[in-house]
Amino acid sequence: MSQPPRIIIAGAGHAGGSAAAFLRQYGWKGEIVLVGEEPLPPYQRPPLSKAWLKGEAKAENLALRPPHFYEKQAITLRLGTRVTGIDRAARQVRLGDGSTLDYTALILATGAHARPLTVPGHDLPGVLALRNAADADALQAALRPGQRLAIIGGGYIGLEVAASARALGADVTVIEREARVLARVAGPELSGFLAAAHAAHGVRIVCDAGVAEILAQDGRAAGVRLTDGAAIAADAVLVGVGALPNEALAHAAGLPCHNGILVDLEARTEDAAIFAIGDCTRRPLPHYDHRRHRLESVPNAIEQAKQAAAAICGRPAPVPEIPWFWSDQYDLRLQMAGLAFDTAVSVVRGDPRAGSFCVFHLDVHDRVLALEAVNAPADFMAGRQLVAKGARIAPGALGDSGIDLKSLTG
Amino acid sequence: MPLITYIEHNGREHKVEVPLGHSVMQGAVDNAIPGIDADCGGECACATCHVFVDPAWLGRTGTPDAQEKSMVSFASTAQANSRLACQIQVTAALDGLVVRMPEAQH
Repeated sequence: MSQPPRIIIAGAGHAGGSAAAFLRQYGWKGEIVLVGEEPLPPYQRPPLSKAWLKGEAKAENLALRPPHFYEKQAITLRLGTRVTGIDRAARQVRLGDGSTLDYTALILATGAHARPLTVPGHDLPGVLALRNAADADALQAALRPGQRLAIIGGGYIGLEVAASARALGADVTVIEREARVLARVAGPELSGFLAAAHAAHGVRIVCDAGVAEILAQDGRAAGVRLTDGAAIAADAVLVGVGALPNEALAHAAGLPCHNGILVDLEARTEDAAIFAIGDCTRRPLPHYDHRRHRLESVPNAIEQAKQAAAAICGRPAPVPEIPWFWSDQYDLRLQMAGLAFDTAVSVVRGDPRAGSFCVFHLDVHDRVLALEAVNAPADFMAGRQLVAKGARIAPGALGDSGIDLKSLTG
Repeated sequence: MPLITYIEHNGREHKVEVPLGHSVMQGAVDNAIPGIDADCGGECACATCHVFVDPAWLGRTGTPDAQEKSMVSFASTAQANSRLACQIQVTAALDGLVVRMPEAQH
């Protein structure tokens, strides 16, 4: 080979940064080039809606690895630019400045972008999204005591920001299109519990509410008008209505995409030399009949980074994991595991009124598919094992706090 | 800076200096030491930074709180000296600390 072996990673988020680190850990001796659009080396996004927003974290706490890591590990950072094109036949990418780089393997870690609102006023100053550190800084500037924040979308980002905004003394209204918050990603028990917790902290939640337009005053967002005519005054508007995969680069290169770049359990695309990891992918789920799904989470980014690094370095594939997620709101630690496809029965273990409980979701055969734990780390850990094993447990036993879950995981 | 020794399951040793105030988990991640995954970044949410504290050091690493205790107790290889490395803060008293990693974190 005339060129030295080189891996190019397009995207320097949690997935891309982790892939670079795992490649070195797994013994890759060739070049690694990590290309990132943002000016920062890889950093952790979960704190952006929590500790970072509240001013409780420093930039060095946010960094995925310390600055010296990349030099020590011989990982070349190309920041402030992006991969703009892929020539698969030549195994070459083009960067934003027009230069080209050859690759032995290419890892796409391009992430996702905020789903835009399309209503009138969606592009006014003061209409914010939260995907990166710059977004978080803009949002933080709007969260002064007494300032009014309207949040469109009662998903995890919306609710985490609501909690942080209340901690900063802002006045918060959450506008949700569905009948309950977290309608897409949580069961009704957890939605109800969280809605009550937010109300107790002074957040106003409006459900079944369509957004007609963003109201303007002096050329800035000044509120939200709902489809029923009601107006909610605000000094800033956060839009948190989901994310869309950044798949245009893969699509332009002819790689199959369908709401995410399609990959297998080695994180490989249809092209054997191109991998894709993290939020931009749609991947098979071995614990759920290999159905394909897009997982927007740090654990998934890390799992797929390991899959790609292992495949490239010729190591055995890592053991497939149960998808899991976490969230912190006020003094509530939420830990979710599994995906509640085809749920027939939900069982609550513990006492929601005491602020510590777990909701298990079972299929018609009493198989544990998923769980949602609130301030119940032991139930979360046990439940994750039950899901991994495909355990069938009688709902009565799951719901009985007197029965040690450990005795059921054996 | 305190010197910490991380021993992989296969016996390979890594000695690194870890700044005061960092966690034992950060010390491993920042130096590309295999065997500690730390999926959640140190939030005590995932139990993928499980280590065994060398018995000689147990008196100085403190005791796990209730959340850490219940998380780590579910690791398949949990022992009496099991800790989550993200919950051990590096202090001057931990200069020389030795921790061992389990075969796998998942």
